[in-house]
Amino acid sequence: MLRLEPRQQASSTMRWLTPILAVAITMFMGGLLFAAMGKNPFEAIRIIFLDPFFHETFGPYSRSQLMVKAGPLILIATGLSIGFRAGVWNIGAEGQFVMGAIAGGAVGLALHPADGFWVLPLMTVVGAIGGMAWAMIPALLRIKFNTNEILVSLMLVYVAYNFLAAMVTGPLKNPDGFGFPESRSFTSVDSTHLPMIYEPLGMHAGVLVALGIVIAAYVMMERHLLGFQIRLTGESPRAAKFAGVNPAFIVAVCLGISGALAGMAGLFEVTGPAGKLTTNFPVGYGFTAIIVAFLGRLNPIGIVLAGLLMALTYIGGELAQLSLGIPAAAISVFQGMMLFFLLAVDVFVNYRLVWKKEVK
Amino acid sequence: MDFSTLNPVALIASLIMAATPILLAAIGELVVEKSGVLNLGVEGMMIIGAIAGFAISVETDSPWLGMLAAVLAGASLALIFGFLTQFLLSNQVATGLALTLFGLGLAALLGQSYSGMKPPSSLRLDIPVLSDLPIVGEMLFRHDFMVYFSLLIVVGVWFFLNRTRAGLVLRAVGENHNAAHSLGYNVVMIRMGAIAFGGACAGLGGAYVSLIRVPQWTEGMTAGAGWIALAIVVFASWKPWRVILGAYLFGGVTILQLNLQALGIGISAAYLSMTPYLITIIVMVIMSADRRRASLNAPASLGQIFHASH
Amino acid sequence: MKFTTTLIAATALAFSFGGAVVSQTKAGFIYVGPPTDFGWSYEHDQGRLAVEEAFGDAVETTYVDTVPEGADAERVLTQMALGGADIIFTTSFGYMDPTLNVAAKFPNVKFEHATGYKRADNVSTYSARFYEGRHVIGLIAGRMTETNTIGYIASFPIPEVVRGINAAYLAAKSVNPDVKFKVVWVYTWIDPGKEADAANALIEQGADVIMQHTDSPAAMTIAEEKGIMAFGQASDMMQFGPTARLSSIIDNWGPYYIDRVQAVMDGTWASTDTWDGIAPGMVEIGAFSDRIPADVQAEAQAAADAIAAGTLHPFTGPINKQDGSVWLAEGETADDGTLAGMNFYVEGVEGELPQ
Repeated sequence: MLRLEPRQQASSTMRWLTPILAVAITMFMGGLLFAAMGKNPFEAIRIIFLDPFFHETFGPYSRSQLMVKAGPLILIATGLSIGFRAGVWNIGAEGQFVMGAIAGGAVGLALHPADGFWVLPLMTVVGAIGGMAWAMIPALLRIKFNTNEILVSLMLVYVAYNFLAAMVTGPLKNPDGFGFPESRSFTSVDSTHLPMIYEPLGMHAGVLVALGIVIAAYVMMERHLLGFQIRLTGESPRAAKFAGVNPAFIVAVCLGISGALAGMAGLFEVTGPAGKLTTNFPVGYGFTAIIVAFLGRLNPIGIVLAGLLMALTYIGGELAQLSLGIPAAAISVFQGMMLFFLLAVDVFVNYRLVWKKEVK
Repeated sequence: MDFSTLNPVALIASLIMAATPILLAAIGELVVEKSGVLNLGVEGMMIIGAIAGFAISVETDSPWLGMLAAVLAGASLALIFGFLTQFLLSNQVATGLALTLFGLGLAALLGQSYSGMKPPSSLRLDIPVLSDLPIVGEMLFRHDFMVYFSLLIVVGVWFFLNRTRAGLVLRAVGENHNAAHSLGYNVVMIRMGAIAFGGACAGLGGAYVSLIRVPQWTEGMTAGAGWIALAIVVFASWKPWRVILGAYLFGGVTILQLNLQALGIGISAAYLSMTPYLITIIVMVIMSADRRRASLNAPASLGQIFHASH
Repeated sequence: MKFTTTLIAATALAFSFGGAVVSQTKAGFIYVGPPTDFGWSYEHDQGRLAVEEAFGDAVETTYVDTVPEGADAERVLTQMALGGADIIFTTSFGYMDPTLNVAAKFPNVKFEHATGYKRADNVSTYSARFYEGRHVIGLIAGRMTETNTIGYIASFPIPEVVRGINAAYLAAKSVNPDVKFKVVWVYTWIDPGKEADAANALIEQGADVIMQHTDSPAAMTIAEEKGIMAFGQASDMMQFGPTARLSSIIDNWGPYYIDRVQAVMDGTWASTDTWDGIAPGMVEIGAFSDRIPADVQAEAQAAADAIAAGTLHPFTGPINKQDGSVWLAEGETADDGTLAGMNFYVEGVEGELPQ
């Protein structure tokens, strides 16, 4: 019978081959799905995977949107991956994303219409602090009362959503906005507008910061003592304790970093692509980023690629809706399938399939 | 403000309605987690149950067949998760989230022709004699069949886990899969069974939403109930009877805050809406602080990948 | 390899077909929900279908549904414009800034934004005077309630919703001085479970008529089950409450959409601000239920006719604000500016407006 057998060493060929294999299977199965819906499967697959890069009219714009969409996913996932490697389960990045945007946004609104290069950096710092503070609630409750951080961080997402609703219909409401539930626009004032660094690639300042943080995270995890302690805690909490690692400290650091990065992502989102605080600006990046973190195998470079792939299916999916009339629901089935295949074939990195006679 | 219009009897009746889907999904997930598997796809399995139950009820005119379909649909979706995580050893957190995305999309796709329809009337079960009792009758004995059934499942799960040999084995698998494997238990198949049960319960919870609580189909109508169910399992420290406490507490605060609003209490609605989540956290903190090792009740192998090396 | 070749062949094929289409007018739509929601997005999609019906092959319509308001909307709109749309309908308030941003980049494409207040040379706004409909159903509710308590499920405290509450309250009060309104804010546009819970809470608090300003038919279903009365919102919702439903406010976008697409075809399109009510049919009052006594039906119909004829304005003084200060003096009618930004309850509505 067929069996999986552990490899002596993780296969480096499989490491890059498996995602390609998964995408190929996705194309095939996705094609079947679209064909079953009466759409031309080849066209649908081409539109989703190739048009965002190469289409004559859509390509240039879609290419620039890839990073815009992937940026927050990558930034949040990088922070989460650090915690996941230590066994700290922050499921509430979405809430930290929202609270960061509110905290940083509130500073910008309080200073409105202040002029100065320092306004946006200040907002970014406060946004990071806001996200971090929100993440410190589960951290402190876990350290002090041993309360499970999955429950607390998840529940705080919903608290954050409601807090956002209270803020944009209350104190942070645009005084000139006819009572609609949204803040002033951040993009209409230069000092609070996230600058676009390189338009053709959608490189706004937030994306640049995200990429910088990916590198910093890589260095920290691989080259720094703290990274070693985090990995050790995840792999063997007991060994970490013997090595003198303070578990409370690791919990606080992991939740703190992931909260800060999620908060920063939130702030970049409202000062850039979303433009203002509204009840609808959070579109689930905090949850999608969890998938991105694991698809990227909790590794910074993997996360960048996984984030880009997710972004590609969003953008390509919209193009497919537009040109073929495929409903949004079918696109999310398609995305779900792709994730399944990506996760499934990952097994071949550490295992190989062998044919063995029944033992025992 | 006149609190006398707050009718505790009616409040309890509606809190049970609000809590039952969460209760069903949570008790299923509890069994899954007890076997050492973390399936974050509860929301996806619920919504699949919601549409399957709704569609089959409409087609066959039988809510019972609908419920059955929901059970099968939830379990089938769960088995996709089971296959990926148990046979292909994929990461459970990511696979569960993918399952949610997939389930939401698939349900929406399947449900496109079912919005705007009405299901056959629901399964109300007035227990004779008892339901005519004053107060207690309305509070406890005038619910739909599923309310009693959900409580029965909780009792059944408790009995299974604590009083049967099979339950002991399941817990052993969740505590230490390598040891259970050495003792000759088929870890993978036991977990597949638990995962299927979890999916079935989640599917049933979803069908409760689309057939009884709000008899209609709307895309995404479970609206995060699956996430709450996950939180309730943690809240319950993996103890079945505490799932009832958690689900009813959450449902209760949800209903109470809406009633307080209708009464015209002077607290902004957005802040009132936070209370179910905040109170769940606070009660959880009190309970876990009470016994400092409460969260150690979590199955030791939870979320870890098992591969039988020989 | 073979697969790739096929793919390339198919690609080439698709392109050549794509190029063959001539001089069709393209109309794009984006929806905030699925077109199957039987509420807000459903009615906009009915409008799109009316356009297809009216023009046949001369117009090609496309839509993207369930587009979150904000950054994603801007991207979808840009892609739509790049795809050659001549006119794009953006059918939710939250698409306002994305619409303006994209319109600035595509001066030749016409944009129509629903319920917003920002316009440009190539951006029109349109909305419906739903409060006119609220007046009519408010009258019916005031007459029909036996407990003198009307429950109102409200989404967000925005002017649109506040206006509806006030209009319905004033109308109900005018025929039933003892009437009381209980408002529950659910802070969502669509969440059937929560809407159902809210409906139940209101019923427990004595409401026997439910009005809603949320998108799902959940409240109607509950009303049917509990044997009380309710009104359809956005679409007719008859099928959800055959007994409970008294009437409904239906959004009818079709005629407007046809007009605007026609204007693009004729080259006469110009940026406008449309706020239409019962008169041109943008707001439709659904058929009255037989449960409503004939004299009440006649009264409601008369009100609808008077509003259509311009002889009745739902906000006619004397009206005080909730705090007792005078808003409109005797005989004075509300101006559109105040209505557009309404952020206060009128006198008599209980509870505090979330601010």
